[in-house]
Amino acid sequence: MLDLSKYQSMGASLRDALDTFADETCLIESDRDREKERITYREFKKRAHPLARALQDAGFAPGDRAGIIMTNQPKWLISAYAIFYAGGVLVPLDYKLSLEEQWQLIHHSGASVLITEYPIWRHLSASAGRTSATKLRTVLVTEVPSNADLGSALRWEEFQGADEPRFVPRERKDVASIVYSSGTGGRPKGCMMTHENYLEQCMALTSIYPFWPGVRYLSILPTNHAIDFMVGFFGPFTCGAAVVHLRTLRPEYLREAFPKYKITYVSLVPLVLKNLQKGLQARFDALPAGKRKIFNALLLINRALTKGRPRPGISRRLLKQVHAAFGGELRTIIVGGAFTEPQTLQFFYDLGIPVANGYGLTEAGTAITVNDLRPFRADTVGKPLPGMEVRIVNAAADGVGEVSVRSKTVMAGYLDDPELTAETVVDGWLMTGDLGRFDSAGHLQLAGRKKNMIVTEEGKNIYPEDIESVFEGLPVKEFCIFAANYIWPKRSMIGERLVLVLHLEAGEQYSDELRRGLNARNNRLLNYKRIHGIVLFDQDFPRTASLKIKRNVLAERLAELDGARAILSL
Amino acid sequence: MRTLAQTTQEVLGLAAKHFQLPAGSLAPEDDFFKKLGIDSLQTLEMLSRLENHFGIELPDYEVQGISDFKTLAERIQSRL
Repeated sequence: MLDLSKYQSMGASLRDALDTFADETCLIESDRDREKERITYREFKKRAHPLARALQDAGFAPGDRAGIIMTNQPKWLISAYAIFYAGGVLVPLDYKLSLEEQWQLIHHSGASVLITEYPIWRHLSASAGRTSATKLRTVLVTEVPSNADLGSALRWEEFQGADEPRFVPRERKDVASIVYSSGTGGRPKGCMMTHENYLEQCMALTSIYPFWPGVRYLSILPTNHAIDFMVGFFGPFTCGAAVVHLRTLRPEYLREAFPKYKITYVSLVPLVLKNLQKGLQARFDALPAGKRKIFNALLLINRALTKGRPRPGISRRLLKQVHAAFGGELRTIIVGGAFTEPQTLQFFYDLGIPVANGYGLTEAGTAITVNDLRPFRADTVGKPLPGMEVRIVNAAADGVGEVSVRSKTVMAGYLDDPELTAETVVDGWLMTGDLGRFDSAGHLQLAGRKKNMIVTEEGKNIYPEDIESVFEGLPVKEFCIFAANYIWPKRSMIGERLVLVLHLEAGEQYSDELRRGLNARNNRLLNYKRIHGIVLFDQDFPRTASLKIKRNVLAERLAELDGARAILSL
Repeated sequence: MRTLAQTTQEVLGLAAKHFQLPAGSLAPEDDFFKKLGIDSLQTLEMLSRLENHFGIELPDYEVQGISDFKTLAERIQSRL
């Protein structure tokens, strides 16, 4: 691995990685059961440098911003490298957002370049939101059919400069990327991540979960996601490891990829991990009684032998068939984006497949704590990573308070929002809005949220304010959306739900017509953003002088109701 | 060549069979996440079944953001 403490920027460290590991396999791209290509670090450089040069020739200057909206694939990483090489700021955007949201964030980020894929661009270019991105000058589109009309956009594959690009050095405190942690509604939250944030995070993570040439990381989480960006790009690249991209997330092809590519690490969201558990459990349950007895005995032996630390060699011999299905070389499943239930973690650990669970948020530079597996603990999110100072603020008698973090990995602030930055980073400490406590072994245990938001099992952060506009125009006096857990705390990170609080007009009833109207609006939202119930409230909402709803005061009043009875189904 | 109406009916029939629901219990406008109570992964499994039936490949991006059978049938129809 490169010694990242000596580097000033991601661009410089990645540039050296491409030369240091020139002959190692860098990327493997597979579409369903067909391998499309496999390239070395040398080949990666050959493809990225002409792109960097062409960007410079097109006027892309140091500090300029470039957005990427792509599915997981080699061109994502090649483009990101070219942006860093040219001294630019990367804006990784979620390809699963709606068209309006994507344009809103492109506009907010001030990106002058957008790199995307043809199927995405086809919809984006036809969207009315396009006119909002006033700073956008260059659009590069990959995989365009030969007869397609791109208008003023350009083909990525043909956008190549003839000469070598100029490497643009950046300083550690310079912004490397703007990552939107959420807030596609009224207040986009663009986390300004510095080069130092990434360099320090990478050193901390790889000290516990190392990469080396020969390691193969299966990239499934979207690369715009902070976790995949770190362990599916920057981490493996600075260690000479290979990244495997699948162009589909169909479960049957995912299953095939593990043995086919002898995967070493993979990152998953809890939803996918639970699905994997369900599938495996069904297969174990289907074993004939005799075999099942033997299997259960082997599980117990494995559990006893790996009590203190993982012992992959022993687990692979004991539970040969299970490990063969995963390719026989899987060391760890990294899980992130949302809270994972302890029984799921225990299930995989008993099979000899440790799950590296942890806790983090984009604002903190991804991970704050991780389970170092020495020993494995299913009931916590692990200990702080090296370089992380974590403290519990305003702790109650049971030790539970708000988790706050100080570290070189904490973001520089929110783009164009000094007010929100000042609320979130106080005297150098990032206030996470999550509640937790430390146990006697120094492990962090999470205990719910202080802030009004939810995180889905798919790792999506949902802020109620962001989806309220969909319900504008309802024939009610007023309404407001809350995370149910914010009103009625249950000290849990799972099963989080959104509820719509309705204050009806005087004399009005909650009618079938209103219910239909609500459902119609709710269905306009992406499935993971939908509300799950309503609460009828017969008092005027408390408001500020400028008539904004005082959410915290309203939540206190709602808390006086019995949550279980107050929430009605839609 | 199937018509869109035929494709839609076949999609509904296959989805009902896949999730073990009575035939005719699904409608084109139904939101399959809500009606079937499924998550995005189960949707991908259903898509694989539809692909096998129609003998086509539906890239993941083609079905991104779709949540009703009618739009899904239209995407399938465009690839027949």
